Amino acid sequence: MKAKVTVTLKAGVLDPQGEAVRRSLGALGFEGVEAVRQGKVIELDLTETDPAAAEKNVRKMCEKLLANTVIENYSIEIV
Amino acid sequence: MRAAVIQFPGSNCDRDMAVAFDKVSGHNKPTQMVWHKDDHLPEGLDVIGIPGGFSFGDYLRCGAIAARSPIVQSVIEFAKGGGYVIGICNGFQVLTESGLLPGVLMRNSNLKFICKDADLIVKTTDSAFTNRYTKGQKLRMPIAHHDGNYTADADSLKRLKDENRVAFTYAVNPNGSVDDIAGILSENRRVLGMMPHPERLNDPQLGGTDGSGLFESIAEALVSA
Repeated sequence: MKAKVTVTLKAGVLDPQGEAVRRSLGALGFEGVEAVRQGKVIELDLTETDPAAAEKNVRKMCEKLLANTVIENYSIEIV
Repeated sequence: MRAAVIQFPGSNCDRDMAVAFDKVSGHNKPTQMVWHKDDHLPEGLDVIGIPGGFSFGDYLRCGAIAARSPIVQSVIEFAKGGGYVIGICNGFQVLTESGLLPGVLMRNSNLKFICKDADLIVKTTDSAFTNRYTKGQKLRMPIAHHDGNYTADADSLKRLKDENRVAFTYAVNPNGSVDDIAGILSENRRVLGMMPHPERLNDPQLGGTDGSGLFESIAEALVSA
């Protein structure tokens, strides 16, 4: 079973990297990009076969290590 | 004064920090170096230093992996028991990631690694790390970081200010840090995290001694305690 964790910055947290990407897109002639937020995707291969148990466990991983919940949100997709 | 410095793979200011502690320790027992895989600290420690560097390659987030290592769990217990802890640069990042200090250090606002001398202002002398300085004193210390942009939620920031827990600010903000914050104290004022490097400016041969006062402060606090 695989899990995909998406970590993004919380709304209101300044994202200088996203802002730099936005400006670069503008410089390349892409119009109409109002905002860019950059995050990360973490893929996990799990031995667990029960999706509910897997999600519960990955949630704990997110809280303990994968995301810094002071500034980041996370979402979990079990695939 | 008995000091220890924690070493992670990727630490690179550990020896400078040990030299700085040794200079003020008042005896010839050298600072003990503690490897991150050790799960307990040496007996009888007064102060622990968490050094600068790039622990675990800055993977995931700066300081995140180090903050979950076994030895840092012991450091957390030590701090909760009233022990003195100082984290410099990457050490500051480890302290915020471990929850010993509030907030987080984000990517510098200009997205660049900044390596230069910075002017700091001493904001409080009411701590074991700053009692040898005077309030408002200007210090010059090196900074060398990519992620020194301190931020915290509004409540935490208000508490830091109301409780006089901002130790140092930048005279000119180099990295986007909220309220120019360069270093903060814990609630019991015994844990200090700061991005600038006092241990690198601790001998005239290194170009100055503005950082010496911090280590002398610790020694004085521990003698008078």
